[in-house]
Amino acid sequence: MHSIQAETIQKQVRDMVVRVSRNLPRDVVAALQRAREEETDEGARQILGELLDNAELARDRDLPLCQDTGVGVFFVEHGEDCRVEGDSINNVLERALAQAYEEGLLRKSMCHPLTRQNTGDNTPALIHTDLVPGSGITIRFMAKGGGSENMSRCTMLTPAQGWEGIKEFVLDRVATAGPNPCPPTIVGVGVGGSFDQAPLLAKKSLFRPLDQEHPDPEIAEMERELLDEINALGIGPMGLGGRTTSLGLRMEMAPCHIASLPLAVNVQCHSSRHEEVVVS
Amino acid sequence: MKTYHLQPPLSDEDVRQLRIGDRVYLSGTLYTARDAAHKRMIQALDRGEDIPVPLQGAVIYYVGPTPAPEGRPIGAAGPTTSYRMDSFAPRLYSLGLKATMGKGRRNQEVQQALREHGGVYLAATGGAGALLSQCITGARIIAYEDLGPEAVRELTVERFPAIVANDAHGGELYVEPRRSG
Repeated sequence: MHSIQAETIQKQVRDMVVRVSRNLPRDVVAALQRAREEETDEGARQILGELLDNAELARDRDLPLCQDTGVGVFFVEHGEDCRVEGDSINNVLERALAQAYEEGLLRKSMCHPLTRQNTGDNTPALIHTDLVPGSGITIRFMAKGGGSENMSRCTMLTPAQGWEGIKEFVLDRVATAGPNPCPPTIVGVGVGGSFDQAPLLAKKSLFRPLDQEHPDPEIAEMERELLDEINALGIGPMGLGGRTTSLGLRMEMAPCHIASLPLAVNVQCHSSRHEEVVVS
Repeated sequence: MKTYHLQPPLSDEDVRQLRIGDRVYLSGTLYTARDAAHKRMIQALDRGEDIPVPLQGAVIYYVGPTPAPEGRPIGAAGPTTSYRMDSFAPRLYSLGLKATMGKGRRNQEVQQALREHGGVYLAATGGAGALLSQCITGARIIAYEDLGPEAVRELTVERFPAIVANDAHGGELYVEPRRSG
């Protein structure tokens, strides 16, 4: 059995969380640059330019990209032959998150759902763990903003609705959300599973880099088709018109009950902040 | 589309000349408030009490900034989504508020309040919090400190950029999605 010290993990995760708040991933920067080159709408080009300037400034001056530094979402792949020495992995992640939000001068956005009393340290984290073969731990982190999360939805379609029903729901969601989730967005779609699994598939799909196609060519083709239809809506950056409504559409599928077709749309703003560390 | 440089408090003329798509640069004082602060202010008004924002000609910026780093007045400070303040905004416009600034669409009640009371809604670039913070030269909490990021702040800004998304004449800038089916 391989063992890893709790403090080692905490340090690495703390640093990752701070880094994520200030550094727009390279694939997102590249997608924004390409979108600016391809936009014909002058207003849209200007907004995309501001977003690229913002990314450069945040990195150079060590500032958060956005004031909504999000809630902390972790996806953990825990190797079966690995044990964390000194504490449980969940405790380590909670401490690393609180430490990063305090020391990194990030906004603490977690609160009681009804009293709205802030928890004060951005915990609790939202942690999803899978046990996998191996002796390492892969920790993926996403800082998820509220504006785009509010525009996300889950539904249960009938099997008869199929692909056309999926397209209609996703397009309607993006059209209804309009300017609210800070377009250009990245749209995560979860198809199948169950009422709880579809949104998880949608959220997990957002980790796939924008320059990486889905390994299944049929799903990759569906992603392209749906993305083209989204961008034909003409919503554009900040909802003020243009061809860049979404930078990407990611879709993941899982088997489901013969009676059901669960579907979830998790909208991600252009400030798509996520990273992963492998500790071993 | 024109460009205007405005200094709050805004006059009726300042606001009525604006049309959707116009670019506005604000210099001077803005007040920040978002969900929780709005709820408190409306409850205070219901009780007949004063509220911390002097509404006459004021501009309210919907923002909850990150903590200020050493040597800066404020951290990242871009707009939050405005529809969550739709249920509060008409009352504030009726009491002299001239502009709100955020991102995303406003509902019919807010748009009607803009026409009735001569107000505007300004859109700032969402997700550009680091960039926009460079236009903020001063910030101090004036009320509801216990709300943390949602406390009411008085900001001093220089050439803070925004676009007129809803004007006092019924105009709306946001595009309607093109649906083929």
